Amino acid sequence: MDKKLCIREVVAMGIGTALFTVLTTVQVPLGFVPNTALQPRMAVLAFMSAVFGPIVGGVIGLLGHALGDALFYGSVWWSWVFPEAVVGVGIGLFARKYAIKEGGFVSTKTIVFFNVVQAVANAIAWIVVAPVLDILVYAEPANKVFAQGFFAWLGNVIIIGILGTILAVAYSKVAGQSRDLKKED
Amino acid sequence: MTRMISYEARDTWIHRLTGFTKLMFFIIWCIVSALTFDTRVLVTMVAISAVIFAMSRTEWKQISAVFKLLMLFMTLNLFFIFVFAPYQGCEIYGTRTDILHLFGDVYLTKEQLFYEFNVLLKYLNIAPAIFVFLVTTDPSEFAASLNKAGVPYTFAYSFAIALRYIPDVQDDFTRIRNAQEARGIEMSSKASLPARIKNVAAIIFPLLFSTMDRIDVVSNAMELRGFGKKNKRTWYSYRRPGKSDAAVMIFAVLFAVAALVLTYYDGSRFLF
Amino acid sequence: MDPIIEFRDFSFKYKSQTEPTLTDINLKIYPGEKVLIAGPSGSGKSTLAHCINALIPCSLPGEIQGSLTVDGMTPAAEGVFGMSKKVGTVLQDTDGQFIGLTVAEDIAFALENDAVSREDMYAKVDEAARLTDMTDYMKHSPNELSGGQKQRVSMAGVLVDDVDILLFDEPLANLDPATGKYTISLIDDIMKRRDVTVVIIEHRLEDVLYKDVDRIVVIGEGRIVADMTPDELLASDVLIREGIREPLYITALKHAGVEIKAEDRPQHVDTMNVLPYAEELRSWFKSTGRDKADVSDEKILEVKDLRFSYIEGESVLKGVSFDVRKGEMISLVGQNGAGKSTLSSIICGFIKPDSGSILLSGRDISPLSVSERGERIGLVMQSPGQMISKPMIREEVGLGLAVRGVPQAEIDSRVEETLKICGLYPYRNWPVGALSFGQKKRVTIASILVMKPEIMILDEPTAGQDYRRYTEIMEFLKRLNEDMGLTIIMITHDMHLMLEYTDRALVLTGGRLIADAPPSEVLTDKATSEAAYLKRTSLYDLAVRCGIEPPSEFVQRFIGYERGLRQKGAMP
Repeated sequence: MDKKLCIREVVAMGIGTALFTVLTTVQVPLGFVPNTALQPRMAVLAFMSAVFGPIVGGVIGLLGHALGDALFYGSVWWSWVFPEAVVGVGIGLFARKYAIKEGGFVSTKTIVFFNVVQAVANAIAWIVVAPVLDILVYAEPANKVFAQGFFAWLGNVIIIGILGTILAVAYSKVAGQSRDLKKED
Repeated sequence: MTRMISYEARDTWIHRLTGFTKLMFFIIWCIVSALTFDTRVLVTMVAISAVIFAMSRTEWKQISAVFKLLMLFMTLNLFFIFVFAPYQGCEIYGTRTDILHLFGDVYLTKEQLFYEFNVLLKYLNIAPAIFVFLVTTDPSEFAASLNKAGVPYTFAYSFAIALRYIPDVQDDFTRIRNAQEARGIEMSSKASLPARIKNVAAIIFPLLFSTMDRIDVVSNAMELRGFGKKNKRTWYSYRRPGKSDAAVMIFAVLFAVAALVLTYYDGSRFLF
Repeated sequence: MDPIIEFRDFSFKYKSQTEPTLTDINLKIYPGEKVLIAGPSGSGKSTLAHCINALIPCSLPGEIQGSLTVDGMTPAAEGVFGMSKKVGTVLQDTDGQFIGLTVAEDIAFALENDAVSREDMYAKVDEAARLTDMTDYMKHSPNELSGGQKQRVSMAGVLVDDVDILLFDEPLANLDPATGKYTISLIDDIMKRRDVTVVIIEHRLEDVLYKDVDRIVVIGEGRIVADMTPDELLASDVLIREGIREPLYITALKHAGVEIKAEDRPQHVDTMNVLPYAEELRSWFKSTGRDKADVSDEKILEVKDLRFSYIEGESVLKGVSFDVRKGEMISLVGQNGAGKSTLSSIICGFIKPDSGSILLSGRDISPLSVSERGERIGLVMQSPGQMISKPMIREEVGLGLAVRGVPQAEIDSRVEETLKICGLYPYRNWPVGALSFGQKKRVTIASILVMKPEIMILDEPTAGQDYRRYTEIMEFLKRLNEDMGLTIIMITHDMHLMLEYTDRALVLTGGRLIADAPPSEVLTDKATSEAAYLKRTSLYDLAVRCGIEPPSEFVQRFIGYERGLRQKGAMP
């Protein structure tokens, strides 16, 4: 098979994209900044990238964002699609270190590491790539796109930091079979 | 639930084009639209998009909900451009013609209006193209033509799987959200932010877990039926490209070259 | 003739487990045979199937001892791809197996992967579609099909490959009885038209035996405990010992105290020689009393003339009215798409009816929000995975209270009380992942019960469960019903569940309530049971053949007798 991409990864790309796309419309309003919302789908992207690695993460980000934009908003903002892939790839690069499926995502060290990675990946994506593309394509004012980028970064770091971490920890607890369980009276 | 745009089988020459042709046209369209700020080019593109839209016999009700949402986004975006940089247009075009004094030292300028008008055109010529693409392209034929065009079939197939399982995941999501809502877990409650995120977690958690199970089942099913056995695969839904595919491609390339020459021959992508 | 599948002193142990799942399997299956492999959940019957198609050890690693040959090949050496040309596997999860975007593409999937040219593909796909009667649906997408149709597509999808062995992994688990019957006859038809060997893994014995099978292999705790003809097996006591449900007419005969002999061909109720048994059955019928259910007159739920349509002009509910009395345990039945889930969604408030009203204890509930209704009418979904959202049992059960702002001390005491009722108290500090399916189901029930609802609606509470788990779940629900006076409504197409545990069945078809009667009447009436995609119970046929009148009374007494036995703890 080309590039040794195994079936499970192909399926994870497909179904992960489906999940990401469906969650496009699920948003948690921030409250204190009007017209901004946290996107739970980012937590799903982070989770899938962390479990399946950079290729799966990148594809889900790219395809999922493009499909979500197209199906629900009737347009594709390419300048925001590519950064999404950057997040997926960035988090996915260290998939082995988190060992979510093996039950390793429970120690504080791993959780902190995961969150450092996601914060950096999001920074590259939203504070560098997205604004630069916006300026190149739409000649939009720099202060506007960097402000937008900063809020996108903040929102995504928050949602992945809380929801993404909750999901990964929970999954790790369930997937890594528990030992030493005793019935209590 | 917001209504999604989806493929509808009809018989027009646009439906008969291969998905790959339409994708290439769409990408060329996006690139030209991204590079140019020449109003003549942008207006021509909007006009062509409108004609294509009409020829695809796409009905308004298929896209109306999404179109309204798009308009809302565009308006917001244009508004924010003005808020953040009321003189962006003046910087780009190098002149300043005040029309209206708004407040303080903020003036509405002719250049700003013209610049924002061009940004609007940029969105407007992409929208019909994407509607037509989504409504007229059979997803499986599209995956097949992607593969034929050189995309590894594993990636092309993952796209098909995504479209196959969107409705299933959507159903799961609705069912799970309903059941959790009945337990008192609401996504739209007025609780504090952390509490709201927790509530969302209670809905996404089961959804994600059943998705992970589904990935296992589907991978086994695909392996049992020989997916990935060979270096290439054939496609039931593949259609050979015809004369009109060639014509569309040639048109797209010629148009792109012409548009870019027109845009850049004076050394700047902006024309005023 | 040489066997096409041969296990010799075969044992298998999963990598993650310490005990072998299969031990000393010696089994020969010959070309053209139709073999049923039966056994309770966890007996190793699915593991056995996965050894044949090479998912074991290729995708699910472990240690094999002894040998297995399939048509001269060793699956472990050939790999999944190598075996896929020989063995066609139809999985239990029809949604998981339906991979294509349309019927035609899904049937073509294996050919596409083999890089077959399109011209050859079209012909083969058409033939497989004809074989499974799916020709009219070629352009349909999976969400336009019923479960039975999806399963036929799965069959067509493996038949395009000219496989020699068809392997069915619990084909009946997600089907209503009528569709299950159709599937079984379709398998029979395919065997007549194609030279295939069929292996069916299933614990719903009576439904598989609708058509002849050559042999039944019973697996118990990883070993073969019986390998005999259906007639011999039904005459023995192997099934009861292994916790597999016997066909109901066999159980009835055994209750009457007769000894069934293999030479009377007990495989089918309509061809069995009942003459030697009729007299004893008749006298058992006369001596057995009827079970009287006592329900209060207090109406807890009144549904009045509900109407609903998703799309204008296409009514899903066309005026549905019924009452539920306090403390009742009733079943809501009908084929897929008959409006069952729409009805429960309206009762729970997920969707609003176009007209009609719902009264709970005499009060209109239309002003109540989803979550306010949720406190009084609990909904338990089919699969525990769709509800469980916390990794720890305690948190999961207490979630509904926590989000309602109940003080922690009260949450703790109510959670503990509920866990005790549900028999989960010893596991209270366990992660949910460590529980068995039945325990998870109880966790989801507990998480609803903790809110002290007046009514509980359960969607397919026992789907896909074997006899032991089925009994475990249902006895638990019955206890809740009797001890706590909880009113229970179950959406189901399990006929055993209807008969054995409910006093009344609401039959919904085409958006109308066509019957509101005791299950013993519904399941003995041909017209009603057919309209609801149920199957007339074999007890009816037995009664008719033995000259017992009226047959529905026979069914009623049989059920009463069984309940009596269960109360004495004489049944699993």
